[in-house]
Amino acid sequence: MFYQLKRMKHSILIIAALLIGLSLHAQTRVQGSVKDKRGRIIAGANISIKGSYDGTTSDSAGNFSFRTYEKGAVILVANNIGFKMEEVPVTIGKDTLVVDFLLKEEINELSAVVITAGTFEASDKKKGTVLKPLDIATTAGANADISATIQTLPGAQKVGEQEGLFIRGGSAEEAKIIIDGSVVNNFFYSSVPGISQRGRFSPFLFSGTVFSSGGYSALYGQALSSVLSLESIDIPERSEIQIGISPIFLSAGFQQVANNKKSSFGLSYNWVNLTLYQKLVPQAPDFFNAPSFHTVDANYRFKTKKNGMFKIYAYFNSGDLGVRNPSLDSIGLKNAFSLKNRNFFTNISFRQFLGKGWKLNTVASVSYNKDNINTEVQNQQNEKIPVVNIPVIDFTHFNLDARQWMVQARAVLDKRFGAINTIRFGAEVWNNIDSARYTNLAGTFPTKISDFYTAIFAESDLYLSNNVAFRPGIRIEHSGLLNRWNIAPRAALSYKLDKNSQFSIDFGMFYQTPERRYLVANSNFSFLRADHYILTYQNLSTNYTFRVQAFYKDYENLLKTDAAVTNAVSTEGVGYAQGVELFWRDKKTFKNFDYWISYSYLDSKRNYNNYPTAAMPTFAANHSGSLVLKKFWVKQMFGVNWSWNWSTGRPYYNPNNAKTDFLTDRTIFYSTNNFSVNWLPKLGKANTVVVLGINNVFNETQIFGYNYSNRLRDSQGLLIREAVIPPAPRSFFLGIFLSWGVDRTQQNINGNL
Amino acid sequence: MKKLFVVLSMFLMGNVNAQKFEGAMEKGMLQFKEAKSPEEMLATSAFFERVADAEKDKWLPYYYAAQTQILAAWMNPNSDKDKVAEKANSLILKAELISANNSEIYCLKQMTAVLQLTVDAMSRWQSYGAIASEAIAKAKAADASNPRPYVLEGQYLMNVPEAFGGGKAVAKKILEKSLTLFENFKPASPYHPNWGKEQATTALAACQ
Repeated sequence: MFYQLKRMKHSILIIAALLIGLSLHAQTRVQGSVKDKRGRIIAGANISIKGSYDGTTSDSAGNFSFRTYEKGAVILVANNIGFKMEEVPVTIGKDTLVVDFLLKEEINELSAVVITAGTFEASDKKKGTVLKPLDIATTAGANADISATIQTLPGAQKVGEQEGLFIRGGSAEEAKIIIDGSVVNNFFYSSVPGISQRGRFSPFLFSGTVFSSGGYSALYGQALSSVLSLESIDIPERSEIQIGISPIFLSAGFQQVANNKKSSFGLSYNWVNLTLYQKLVPQAPDFFNAPSFHTVDANYRFKTKKNGMFKIYAYFNSGDLGVRNPSLDSIGLKNAFSLKNRNFFTNISFRQFLGKGWKLNTVASVSYNKDNINTEVQNQQNEKIPVVNIPVIDFTHFNLDARQWMVQARAVLDKRFGAINTIRFGAEVWNNIDSARYTNLAGTFPTKISDFYTAIFAESDLYLSNNVAFRPGIRIEHSGLLNRWNIAPRAALSYKLDKNSQFSIDFGMFYQTPERRYLVANSNFSFLRADHYILTYQNLSTNYTFRVQAFYKDYENLLKTDAAVTNAVSTEGVGYAQGVELFWRDKKTFKNFDYWISYSYLDSKRNYNNYPTAAMPTFAANHSGSLVLKKFWVKQMFGVNWSWNWSTGRPYYNPNNAKTDFLTDRTIFYSTNNFSVNWLPKLGKANTVVVLGINNVFNETQIFGYNYSNRLRDSQGLLIREAVIPPAPRSFFLGIFLSWGVDRTQQNINGNL
Repeated sequence: MKKLFVVLSMFLMGNVNAQKFEGAMEKGMLQFKEAKSPEEMLATSAFFERVADAEKDKWLPYYYAAQTQILAAWMNPNSDKDKVAEKANSLILKAELISANNSEIYCLKQMTAVLQLTVDAMSRWQSYGAIASEAIAKAKAADASNPRPYVLEGQYLMNVPEAFGGGKAVAKKILEKSLTLFENFKPASPYHPNWGKEQATTALAACQ
């Protein structure tokens, strides 16, 4: 027993001695510095001895120093946000240990150069986007129309008499609009002569909008100038019932989100009728049938395992209108235009993570559009006149029944490798079938034309460091109609200058099948082609954006048509466009006040269609710009928005000119000031949005071009003309949107109180 | 006897380790309390991270390392909040691997989401607001007696416009609830989270 106790005492003594020994043992100093590979100081890095508490942080000069009791072989660790952790095996003896760390930058999305700096993106997913989804709803003059908001950005030309995206000297046909990867053939409501139409889809369907004014990704094709890509929302935040009331429309809908937020479905109906509005705001043309539309859309979405997403969207619209204008070809007569449109669009998309960095994106879509257009010449009593044996009058009577089917399927595989490098590749097929029956005095002319288009494409984002990224891409396309192939290489190189600014160079070849309506008689032509060269400088922070872009576009193989513009004769048309664009957005300088300024300079000429010579096309202006202002009072939930859009005159065709003076006339300077307010009160239990907008507040005269008579001449022997102007000098919008939401966070709060 | 020696020394050594950890936590808590500048706060975070990395099985130092990261970001208006959130989230993830379904760690998730939300509240409130409220709901579910989820929720909602389900009236109820929970709240150890009463009182005063 005594022995045991003695032994115990002994061991306690040993342990005590050990402990005392430990504390008596001298500490060793460890010191050094932390820098990155380029020798820049890293302050605030955490230096530690692995497995112990000992360590410190580097100071503002990048130096560190600490004392430790640790002895022998240990591992010294340095780490800091944005850098790879560095471990150095060292041996600690009696003497001061000096270790200098050189940390390697970690390539990650937050700090890496942006490859797509040339595009405008409205999204809240990514850091540092130029636009937010909300901007589309709160831009004055845009009336929550996506394309109208795009028109306030540099590179996009406002063309008052026609819908579509006119980008950098390109026509509306040269831009494609894409929803979840599939091309939308009839994004806008069907054309009415002289009156620009809205886009069909509500901006609230989309969570991401990417607008590229040139040099876009190899994932897309068949657009000589640009691509606008829209990404629909996934599962909405909450279940909701929505009602919209306005003098122009009535709408009702609901979204039902499952309790586990894994699936949702919704249905909405929208009725637009301009009868009341046109009584309140007199229109220059005589709308004998005020525009009226019925729209039904439905969606179903669910999350699959592994965070995949499946979405179905279906849209059906039926609309008709009739408008009458005085005839320029005969005094006292009128031209009456009526349109019946049926449009159907459905989109099924599925994306899934496959593991090991692989992701699959697939989409299939079917769309159908039918336009029945009827024009006739009427007398003062609005009755159709009989044959008068004046061809330009007799042939104004016609009926066109045009139907378009489009079926498409697309799959893209996405693989991540290294830190954030990505390779994408995939294929797509489109089948377009257009049929039309054209009836006039001479008889009925049915036509049918179809194209089976296939494409394969690949692209890779390669980050050489956080500062340098390279994106090579290639796209190979085949058109069954042309029976031809094309190979389109694309490349983008981006270099980051400092934390917020970067510089990039883009190059790309872009092909497009000529418009099918010209190819009915003969389709043995090559693809149209445009080559883009773009330089971009961008300085982007949370509150400021500054961007300057210079571009050169070279058009080759543009379509030449016969004088009547009904048949293609060759693809020997050529052209160019070049310009400089500026964009500045500031959200900070003035509190709760946000503004952007854009300016575009464009020099473009082309010799295509039936042009006798190279000329600046009618949809291009030399100088154009926008100023967009937004002020929001958070407490009152009240916002005021203003926008000013302007451009110098655009060319118009004057048949009184000599052929050498083709398209040399210019319209007057275009300017419009728009104003809107939005107010978000809570009315009872409903979240309410009230929007009031006035376009062209100052009643500025706007002339988009001129229509000329084919036969009537004035006293000087010139063909008489009429200006193409908006249907009303000012336009107004008033809408009240109510939504009753079942907010689960609210349920949670109440359930726990 | 040999056995006894081994057991005893193990016990003693264990005790030494525990004392060492407690000593470090105490030192860290003191440093935390005295941190006046973002740099000092980040140094505190670095200290807690060193302790956490050395211990490997204690969630508390990771908790404080993350909390001090977030607080340092609030102290420095020029900080890159998205970057800080990335760092905080990596620390939170490590804490979660040690202690799953922990009410206090869910609170940190809410704090990170709110930090990121403020970068661009107008366009981020939908996405980050949802993450924040989900974290709060989980924090409440994991420990119904924890007052901190209510403090954070109250602080958040008092800055959310009424039209979006926030406002002072809503926040007031929640903050009052947190104060009643504080009456019976006892931290599991001197090093377990025990903050929030002061913040709740201040916020409640602002709601009156």
